[in-house]
Amino acid sequence: MNKTVRVALVALLCVGAAACTKKEVKSPPPPPAPEAPVAQTPPPVSNGKYTPADLDTDACLRQRVVYFDFNKTEIKPEFQQIIACHAKYLQDRPTARIRLEGNTDERGTREYNLGLGERRGDAVSSALQAAGGSASQISVISYGKEKPVCREHNEACWSKNRRVDIVYTAQ
Amino acid sequence: MIKLTRKLSPGFAIVLFVIAGLFTGPLAAQSLNVDIVGGLKTATPIVVVPFAQQGGTPLPTDVADVMRNDFNRSGKFRSLAKSDIVESPSKGSEIKFATWRLLKQDYIVVGNIKETGNGMVQVEYELWDVNKQQSLLHQAMPPVPVGDLRSVAHQIADIIYQKITGVRGAFWTRIAYITAVGVGNNTTYSLIVADSDGYNPQVVARSKESLLSPRWSPDGKKIAYVSFESGNSAIYVQNITTGSRQLVEAHAKGINGAPAWSPDGTKLAVALSYVGNLELFVLDLATHKETRLTHNLAIDTEPVWAPDGKSIYFTSDRSGQPQIYQIPATGGTAQRISFQGQNNADAAVSYDGKQIAMVQGNGNVYRIAIMDKSLGNQVRFISPGPLDGSPSFAPNASMLLYSATEGRREVLYAVSDDGLVRQRLVLADGDVREPSWGPYRQN
Repeated sequence: MNKTVRVALVALLCVGAAACTKKEVKSPPPPPAPEAPVAQTPPPVSNGKYTPADLDTDACLRQRVVYFDFNKTEIKPEFQQIIACHAKYLQDRPTARIRLEGNTDERGTREYNLGLGERRGDAVSSALQAAGGSASQISVISYGKEKPVCREHNEACWSKNRRVDIVYTAQ
Repeated sequence: MIKLTRKLSPGFAIVLFVIAGLFTGPLAAQSLNVDIVGGLKTATPIVVVPFAQQGGTPLPTDVADVMRNDFNRSGKFRSLAKSDIVESPSKGSEIKFATWRLLKQDYIVVGNIKETGNGMVQVEYELWDVNKQQSLLHQAMPPVPVGDLRSVAHQIADIIYQKITGVRGAFWTRIAYITAVGVGNNTTYSLIVADSDGYNPQVVARSKESLLSPRWSPDGKKIAYVSFESGNSAIYVQNITTGSRQLVEAHAKGINGAPAWSPDGTKLAVALSYVGNLELFVLDLATHKETRLTHNLAIDTEPVWAPDGKSIYFTSDRSGQPQIYQIPATGGTAQRISFQGQNNADAAVSYDGKQIAMVQGNGNVYRIAIMDKSLGNQVRFISPGPLDGSPSFAPNASMLLYSATEGRREVLYAVSDDGLVRQRLVLADGDVREPSWGPYRQN
């Protein structure tokens, strides 16, 4: 495994852990400052093509969630690497298909959040295509705030619900 | 908000707690617990004396009690507690007005119920002005099956409400809402229809995937709603009497959401994103022809028709944050109409078009705000937050329903239009959300 990938993975796990435990924090937990080198690193696998087995074993491909800031649809720099490896997988496996499931936190109305979740899914779709994925391999669905992974009313929880789940429907 | 909380202090709060365990068949839904918080010194005092029953078996419904709860919930009346009702006249000639003047009552309702055979009963009632000792109403209602006594009680409450306030009552109406029971993948979603006081809940549709945005047709016979049961969102129209259902919008790509009936019931305004972005369309239900209304890179959703059918209010974030806009129903230029607060969404319009309710967000606090066009677009809050949503007007606009989050669960509130009296509708187990108040009933 590439060392930078491992660093990125550790950094991401830390985000999750912080989000899970610091329930008393009122202000948004600062997203971990991604180490600059990570953000600028090229896709992890530079020689050889991905295979379906890599979906379970490759540290980058195993990352299937892109998180967003409140009311935002821009993809944060720390998720560019995830986008890049999934885009490469799509490129390496033309028969692969993914569904991007857009989600929001509980604030705001249900129908508006359907729109917001779709925008997030579209943002990930565009990024995947910019990085080499094909539009025909990607579908987007929005669940808005219908499928929260966390049900507390605080930023730690909200930050986990503002997400796009990357789901492989064909490997 | 502070002012509201203080006015709702337990000092003179009327707290009723009714647990209705009605499971009358496979279609019976889990009942809502109902309690009323608040009460107004300025509300009109009225006493509803327990109705006398002439023979027969004990009735399942306390008609006077149903009426008392209706009056209290409205915020316009304060009905004397049953325990304070010291005499039991059942007709005008038996009323001792001095007694009720002493108890500071402005109006008194008396009545009786008699069996007419074959399980039918007939309710006769009288309304009297206590100070003038004058009869205002004296009516025998048509005989009904015993099981319909709650409906009769609501109808009498409506007639009395109109006689005293000059405004048509809306107690004999129904509400629709969504319940979510269970956790994660084991959640069951139900679309429920119930009486306006939360009684007689009936399941209209049930799904393992999300249901949302129920909206009554103007004739009260159908409900349009969004279901994710097929995987993606789709819009259905269901007849609530026959249960027959029609799939009206199901584009494979994107959102099929936010149905809103035109006032004549022939069209639905909807929000669709198969064109690449969430836009408003008007769907003609007879021809299935879609007419696109908005062309914009923003999110445009949550349409609701003005009562004259000529324009549509909707939510758009074209200015950055969600705000309420108004556009001609045939398309054209949209005008922004909400300017107070950080963001506003999910508009509801009163029957006369004068009041627009919306969810206003400021920071992390979302409350129901009403913009009053007849008062220079003045905005007032009628809910305390912090996560309130889905405002829906009663057909006479004297009350609204909205959803709130309390702890880890979602509950409904019915609130008087001044925000001072609120009734909470709580599901015993699970969430209740997305209320929609139905039209006046025809039968």
